[in-house]
Amino acid sequence: MSNVLVLVDHTAGTVRKTTAELLTIARRLGEPVAVFIGSEVQAALPTLGQYGATKVIALSNPELTQFLVAPKAEALAQVAAKIEPSAILISSNAEGKEIAARLAVKLDSGLITDAVDVQEGAVTTQSVFAGNFTVQAKVTHGTPIITVKPNAATPEAADASPEVEEFDVTISDTAKTARITDSKPREATGRPELTEAAIIVSGGRGTGGDFGPIEAFADSLGAAVGASRAAVDSGWYPHAYQVGQTGKTVSPQLYVAAGISGAIQHRAGMQTSKTIVAVNKDPEAPIFELVDFGVVGDLHKVLPTATEEVTKRKS
Amino acid sequence: MKIVVCAKFVPDATADRRFRSEDNTVDRAGVDGLLSELDEYAVETALTVKEAGDAEVTVLTVGPEQAADAVKKGLQMGADAGVHVLDDAIHGSDAVATSLILSKALGKLEADLVVFGMGSTDGGMGVVPAMVSERLGLPAVTLGSEVTVDGQTVRIRRDGDTASETIEGTLPLVLSVSDQANEPRYPSFKGIMAAKKKPVETWSLADLELTAEQVGGSSAWTEVVEVTARPARTAGTIVTDEDGSGAAGLVEFLSTNKFL
Ligand SMILES: Cc1cc2nc3c(=O)[nH]c(=O)nc-3n(C[C@H](O)[C@H](O)[C@H](O)COP(=O)(O)OP(=O)(O)OC[C@H]3O[C@@H](n4cnc5c(N)ncnc54)[C@H](O)[C@@H]3O)c2cc1C
Ligand SMILES: Nc1ncnc2c1ncn2[C@@H]1O[C@H](COP(=O)(O)O)[C@@H](O)[C@H]1O
Repeated sequence: MSNVLVLVDHTAGTVRKTTAELLTIARRLGEPVAVFIGSEVQAALPTLGQYGATKVIALSNPELTQFLVAPKAEALAQVAAKIEPSAILISSNAEGKEIAARLAVKLDSGLITDAVDVQEGAVTTQSVFAGNFTVQAKVTHGTPIITVKPNAATPEAADASPEVEEFDVTISDTAKTARITDSKPREATGRPELTEAAIIVSGGRGTGGDFGPIEAFADSLGAAVGASRAAVDSGWYPHAYQVGQTGKTVSPQLYVAAGISGAIQHRAGMQTSKTIVAVNKDPEAPIFELVDFGVVGDLHKVLPTATEEVTKRKS
Repeated sequence: MKIVVCAKFVPDATADRRFRSEDNTVDRAGVDGLLSELDEYAVETALTVKEAGDAEVTVLTVGPEQAADAVKKGLQMGADAGVHVLDDAIHGSDAVATSLILSKALGKLEADLVVFGMGSTDGGMGVVPAMVSERLGLPAVTLGSEVTVDGQTVRIRRDGDTASETIEGTLPLVLSVSDQANEPRYPSFKGIMAAKKKPVETWSLADLELTAEQVGGSSAWTEVVEVTARPARTAGTIVTDEDGSGAAGLVEFLSTNKFL
């Protein structure tokens, strides 16, 4: 069977859920071979095996993590030249997309980004134009390079005991020209990751700047917190939590929009959510066109009462 | 310093965007278009750098006839010159081909600083800047939410998923900016009048030493197999909270649908 490369997304060896999803998808296309960049491959090994990686290629050259993405793309191109994979799967986040873009040029290959599903024959599904259309596409030239969004598959275990193969890469000087001079890690909130969460509660301009009721309701449901651009631009919530065209695209089981009007750019980021609920005091707000359940009312009254009721029912 | 802003002409996001049924490509003619809003942030960045020092700003677009409007808007905002790459053979190009055309044009323009938006509002792949950087062999600092140009050094702050990073590189380089980077200016009346006299060149593929076979739909490396309009969402239940029962209704809905 042909090899399918999966670039592992991890923090200090802790493998992110998206990688388990990619390995699951890779098994539909061939033999999953995981590519791990960093020095903590041993920590990642059990998870990679659990989701079916038949082999793990470890790239531990420290230059790979000191500079921006260009060296990673270079390394991946060298791995691809040796393995000759039938497809390359990468997480669809900012870094992943940039690596994929460079790789497409290096390997003279077609690139598909933001796939929400990949089926046999590397046929991808994408959601475009603010979620108004679904597009099926495939790569017709070179090695298909596909970036895949979170939640594109349900991770399925498939016990494998992959061997680790150290791979030496050579990094060119041009790839080392942009560097990270400072990095401030974001504070952990204890809530689920926005793009991976099953439930998201988002607040907009209607919060008036007080995200307390949003956070409390989110916590009662075990949800992640999101925000509209209006709330982010007002400085009420960090940009990393923005949902929409220029923020995150999310597709949770349940999306609750409170004090959000539902502009096209916000919809672009949440329209494919399975169930949509809104609380808005304006019955004419366009968000109500999308909802499965809507409450016309003041979020400052509705959410705290609902939070109390949820907490009561759960205990 | 020579700054080139890559700006795309896109169908209006608030209009009824669609695909052409004959070849599944984005309908760019039948739907009103405009300069991609996200590229306005790139134009603004270039103009800010220009105003702080000595620079010439050129707006570069690859697109159909109407795409000249994107160049015009850039000139009205304050750019000095425009280049429009126009050729029937370009229709249907994917990101890989677009990046090839842009990089040839940028080579010809001898840019010191190339500024991109974070992504086009139609395709929205956000990959063209990295592809151009790769083709030109120039460093790229991407998705800047704060940009400073200090002599030969370009420094950005980028808000990533796990950290806020400071990234730096030396000219010549490729820069892309997010919609957090600035507040794009509106063209003034004076700017609109002045734009009429600014030079705009139209280049064909031949001017860039490219052939029709290297770009366009026939050589696109991805193929759209099928396009389906998303079924309209079925109308949901909407209750009012006038009598204070909204919260109870909401919790009941969540409970019935097993979210608790
Ligand atoms: C290029 C571009 C990219 C963009 N990208 C994004 C993006 O990624 N994400 C995004 O969200 N937006 C984006 N926008 C902005 C978008 O167009 C809207 O401006 C934004 O989504 C509005 O946010 P909002 O719904 O919170 O605010 P508003 O539109 O002002 O709506 C606030 C809503 O709150 C309701 N409300 C007020 N008080 C209460 C209360 N007490 N209780 C209940 N309801 C109340 C009001 O009835 C209203 O419906 C983008 C715009 C552009 C041009
Ligand atoms: N046809 C084009 N002409 C000029 N610039 C473009 C074109 N396509 C993309 N770009 C630039 O590349 C950026 C990213 O585009 P994309 O990768 O298509 O999302 C845009 O914000 C523009 O700056």
